Amino acid sequence: MTAIASRSLARPKTFIVVAALAWIAAYRLLVPVSEAVVAALPVARESHLGSALQFFLYDTPKVLLLLTGVVFVMGLVNSYFTPERTRALLAGRVGVLGNAMAASLGVVTPFCSCSAVPLFIGFVQAGVPLGITFSFLIAAPMVNEVALALLLALFGWKIALLYLALGLAVAIVSGWTIGRLRMERHLEDWVRNLPRAHAIGATESMPLAERVGAGLAAVREIVGRVWPYVIAGIAIGAAIHGYVPEDFMAGLMGREAWWSVPAAVLIGVPMYANAAGIIPIVEALLAKGAALGTVLAFMMSVIALSLPEIVILRKVLKPRLIAVFAGVVATGILVVGYVFNAVL
Amino acid sequence: MKDVKVLGTGCANCRATVRRIEEAARAKGVEIALTKVEDLPSIVAYGVMATPGVVVDGKVVHAGGVPRREAIESWLA
Repeated sequence: MTAIASRSLARPKTFIVVAALAWIAAYRLLVPVSEAVVAALPVARESHLGSALQFFLYDTPKVLLLLTGVVFVMGLVNSYFTPERTRALLAGRVGVLGNAMAASLGVVTPFCSCSAVPLFIGFVQAGVPLGITFSFLIAAPMVNEVALALLLALFGWKIALLYLALGLAVAIVSGWTIGRLRMERHLEDWVRNLPRAHAIGATESMPLAERVGAGLAAVREIVGRVWPYVIAGIAIGAAIHGYVPEDFMAGLMGREAWWSVPAAVLIGVPMYANAAGIIPIVEALLAKGAALGTVLAFMMSVIALSLPEIVILRKVLKPRLIAVFAGVVATGILVVGYVFNAVL
Repeated sequence: MKDVKVLGTGCANCRATVRRIEEAARAKGVEIALTKVEDLPSIVAYGVMATPGVVVDGKVVHAGGVPRREAIESWLA
């Protein structure tokens, strides 16, 4: 990996072209190779074990390949958007356009939920309005590269795009609502008493070689961290594919069960799984008759709202603002779930 | 002796950063006074928006993610 990284520093453009070609070649080889492997196994393809194995052997390399590609591209894109620059872009914005901008920047600005609080304070301190800060804070974890890559791999680009659009919509509307409620006094006192900071956008430019390096670092860090979850998720998904009867989920999570959307959100919020582990399972449930809206709502609530995040945010938000934040986002997700079940 | 502070609320990346700095200092034979800053008001006071952050002799040199070994070595030089 270090050899690749140092070579990329010398000729970043060549590296990008060669890497892209190698990636496409690997992707093209995926289906024939996995089919050959399954065919060579001493299990009947129609058996429970056979269909589970086929799912696992085909999906694991596909997901890992797409994950690597998407994380690299996002790492490259992230290098153009520092939190400081995003903050300078958002300071003093008002209105729903500000929320839309914040949500979109939330997708491309590097973000880790462990620094949600310093980022929140940095934004508020520099005069980014509360509602706009929330739009950023809701979109950033919900629409992340891991979720998008897995959706792309397991559901196709239409669902991935849909998830992106709906995630942005929930972030924009929730942030706008929180802004309209004028809840600034529900920030913890020490936050409100912080001196006002000036937002200065960092302007130093980075050579392409360094951006490629940042993309590779993102692959090492993110793919290195989530691959066990991906494999575990796909293994469970494979078991569901092979052994759970068709339409098993239809009664439980199907379109006719009106209560399934709120139930999915209620179960999803306290769960703290990363997208990597949850999406393969969700895909398998969908194949067994669960409704898309219910499944999307479940996924969004697991990824966007989590107890650990709420505990961290409690350090800067008073209980009422926390409750409003969780309530508004959960309602947005509910609406998404119902609309989807009704339309599709 | 260099005064090094790692800013972060105790996430995995923060612990990895502390470990990496300790290793680099030992390898280079540089004496450092390493402290962890874990309370939020102090972290925010440095103006850092992404953790883990690293402060060397009162100056913020890094924010967000585990720093690369080469970067750490340049701070300790």
